[in-house]
Amino acid sequence: MATADIKVHTETHHDDHGHDHEHHGNFWTNYVFSEDHKVIAKQFLITGMAWALIGGTLSVIFRLQLGFPEASLEWLRPVLGGWITVDGKIDSEFYLALVTMHGTIMVFFVLTAGLSGTFSNFLIPLQVGARDMASGFMNMLSYWFFFASSCFMFTSLFISTGPAGGGWTVYPPLSALPQAIQGSGLGMTLWLISMALFIVSTLLGGINYITTIINMRTSGMSFTRMPLTIWAFFFTAVIGLLSFPVLFGAALLLIFDRSFGTSFFLSDIYIAGEALPHVGGSPILFQHLFWFLGHPEVYIVLLPALGITSEIIATNSRKPIFGYKAMVGSMLFIAILSFVVWAHHMFVTGMNPFLGSIFTLLTLIIAVPSAVKIFNYVTTLWKGNIRFTAAMMFSIGLVSFFLTGGITGLFLGNSAVDIQLHDTYFVVAHFHLVMGSASFFGMVAGVYHWFPKMFGRMMDERLGGIHFWLTFVGVYMVFFPMHYIGIAGFPRRYYSWTNFETFNSFADLNMLVSVAAIITLFAQFIFLFNFFYSIFRGRKASANPWGATTLEWTTPRLPQHGNWPGEIPTVYRWAYDYSKPGAKEDFIPQTIPYSETPESNLPHENELIKLEMGNGGAIVVDDKKH
Amino acid sequence: MNLIIGIGVVLILAIVFMIFRITNLVGLVKSDKEAVSSGNGIHAFLMMAFMVLSLSGFFWYSYVHFDSYTLPVASEHGMITDHLFWVTMVICVVAFAVISIAMFWFTYKYQYREGQKAAYLVDNHMLEIIWTLIPAVVMALLIFRGLRVWNEITGPATKEAINIELVGQQFYWTVRYPGASDENLGKFDFRLIDPINEFGLDLTDKNSFDDFKADALYLPVDQEVLLKIRAKDVLHSVFLPHFRVKMDAVPGMLTTFKFKPTKTTEQMRTETGNPKFNYEMACTEICGKGHFSMKFSVVVVSQAEYQKWRASQDSWLKLNPGYMKMVPENLREYALIRSGMEPDNGSAEQGVLKSVSNR
Repeated sequence: MATADIKVHTETHHDDHGHDHEHHGNFWTNYVFSEDHKVIAKQFLITGMAWALIGGTLSVIFRLQLGFPEASLEWLRPVLGGWITVDGKIDSEFYLALVTMHGTIMVFFVLTAGLSGTFSNFLIPLQVGARDMASGFMNMLSYWFFFASSCFMFTSLFISTGPAGGGWTVYPPLSALPQAIQGSGLGMTLWLISMALFIVSTLLGGINYITTIINMRTSGMSFTRMPLTIWAFFFTAVIGLLSFPVLFGAALLLIFDRSFGTSFFLSDIYIAGEALPHVGGSPILFQHLFWFLGHPEVYIVLLPALGITSEIIATNSRKPIFGYKAMVGSMLFIAILSFVVWAHHMFVTGMNPFLGSIFTLLTLIIAVPSAVKIFNYVTTLWKGNIRFTAAMMFSIGLVSFFLTGGITGLFLGNSAVDIQLHDTYFVVAHFHLVMGSASFFGMVAGVYHWFPKMFGRMMDERLGGIHFWLTFVGVYMVFFPMHYIGIAGFPRRYYSWTNFETFNSFADLNMLVSVAAIITLFAQFIFLFNFFYSIFRGRKASANPWGATTLEWTTPRLPQHGNWPGEIPTVYRWAYDYSKPGAKEDFIPQTIPYSETPESNLPHENELIKLEMGNGGAIVVDDKKH
Repeated sequence: MNLIIGIGVVLILAIVFMIFRITNLVGLVKSDKEAVSSGNGIHAFLMMAFMVLSLSGFFWYSYVHFDSYTLPVASEHGMITDHLFWVTMVICVVAFAVISIAMFWFTYKYQYREGQKAAYLVDNHMLEIIWTLIPAVVMALLIFRGLRVWNEITGPATKEAINIELVGQQFYWTVRYPGASDENLGKFDFRLIDPINEFGLDLTDKNSFDDFKADALYLPVDQEVLLKIRAKDVLHSVFLPHFRVKMDAVPGMLTTFKFKPTKTTEQMRTETGNPKFNYEMACTEICGKGHFSMKFSVVVVSQAEYQKWRASQDSWLKLNPGYMKMVPENLREYALIRSGMEPDNGSAEQGVLKSVSNR
């Protein structure tokens, strides 16, 4: 692997020695089967946005059912056909399919591929100072596996038995038995194929991210000088690499149970008038395997968003991020702990209660590094000089969601309290805020912030502001009321609650939630318009429109293949020299040596000047290889 | 009609777009030299306004509608977990409010101003240690309290506990009691399930003879109950919201939950002022099309009423005498006695046996 990486790298490097040389290829090699990390990032972004639109629309459809249970949805018949029952309601089985697909799409296709895929690809080479990813070819494969995976999942939406309907967690036996629910037939088969391909894509990408970060940092870019985005992408990739194979294993065993008569997860089942031959399997085993990925997945989704936010908040507060080391440390701690908390999803599944105690302990520990991160964000804002760019506002929104949603984890992580709240709307509120909305805001913030580097133009800030306020208020209106509904005990994944006297209330809150969801979805069209309009007609951006310090802003307005014309810049300082006392401007890019900034250097930094002089052999990453 | 609406929407969108274009062009004509957009102050103000409005809305709704989102509690451990819930709530709301106010206040106070320079604040170890320790200590207290409660709830049931079996299937519950006189539920096997023997009762086990099926979950007040939970087809989950009880029903694995109801249905009717109040059981693990409709009635009665009710129930075997043929020869007489079919009357016995052989 290592030799292959170096070889690819050498080639690109040589190409770019002819400074103004550009890669000439045809349309297919430039835009479709491109090996350039920036193009691949845009492919991930556009695909992710398409999925987000689908996932969001699905959620609005089932919110219509929950918010307006009496309304006729006959007008959806042209789209949904037979899934609208004769009396104009959504079929209750299709409702579950909608919920399942919304979850799968949002967690995996939007917030894993769309977020990590976009920003890890785009930012890692640009921020560590590399010409491209370690393996451009693997990177391309990563996207196309994701694309293939998307095709399977998309196809499953249109088959006659409907897509998978057993919840995004696909717990067997429900997901294994087509007798139990229609979606567990062909729909589930497509789901499993799609996820298998998706995992391949994630692993190919993850290996590349890790390799690139470790091996291809430019001269002077030591680990302690890396921007927090890169740290976040690094931990994310490591977590993904360790946990996704477990889901692959679980999916494979489920395929065996479904198609080849094994009994890994099935036992003692009597359904549709017959006893099945399976004995000895355990549905709990699947839950352990699933959540061994499933919980780290939460951080796979969240950490990149936190990294992006760290960068944007520091840049737009014109302040160094507070407690850089604590930020890295807390991310590392979260990454490690994310592997030992999975069973807090299973307190009341019949798992040994002693395990419940252990996982309560480990789960609540994870609140400490999370709290540290929030304190650090807030302190970064303190005494800043804050510019409310759209990206900045979405980042502040992320911190707010991370706080609101994260703090309810104290209830759910405590097994005794979780008994009542488990699988109620309280859980729905919790994870939609802390992982769904927070990560989504991180992704949107990232798009606003790095759009100038992606497309060479600015997005419209006023539309961005409107988009932010509608979405921010909208998301709170959607998920905050769910806490009350959850405390009242309303179970999730319910098509209707009117069967129960206990849950026969809150029609008002449910309607509010649905209306807010519809408005929030429509607000996203402002973003889509802004995005596509600005690609072609946006104001032209300067090379460094935000006055940021990191390496990507030292590239030309539209970086070509290879990113920097001429030499890759050398890094001399950390990424957060904002508003340094004595400095002429309120930021000093990482490429400015201390020898050029005697007026602002701290005492220990003056000593580094000597090292800079002998830089030729001091910190070598790139040059040595050639 | 639809066409008119369609044209209307298109026209509105076109007008919005024109406004956008014009303001955009005006913006281009004006200088782009400003470091921040003119909206900066507006956004700073909106941040503060959002914080004040949303926090007051939160406190107002939580106070005014307290009764509508809190369920009355009717079990012993439920009172303890509820207490822990509210302790956690107080801690969380305080932390949430303080941090939210600080954050939005900072965004407002430190909004961009011409010539203002941000502080170069890299870190502060003392501060960081303090705010790592505070959550750690609070967490430790919550964990300590939570685990003690959890261990009590999940600990073994006492000998006096009544055993009741709950079986989940698509899309209803069945409940089995261990008979009028003992606490032993008979064995079962999923291979023995058929349309009538819905529990899959194993009639070679003596304990199964007097087991009976009930149409609701009858519980005696102030008496420990041990639910033995299983599922026939897919995962289900027993949820008794008023008793703060939740436990999955898993095919192939027995799960249990023990609790003690503290209020009868009648007491709850008085307490809630709702004469139609009924306890209910729901399913909280996605199980298919009818997941939302798995309602089962729960009735809590006084211990005397419970004993009376229990004694009045006919055993499953008595109601389905055809299954006598499943009982081993040497146990048949005993089965007749235990199931409540008159054994001393020879003709009755013969009648039963005849009906068995006729099947």
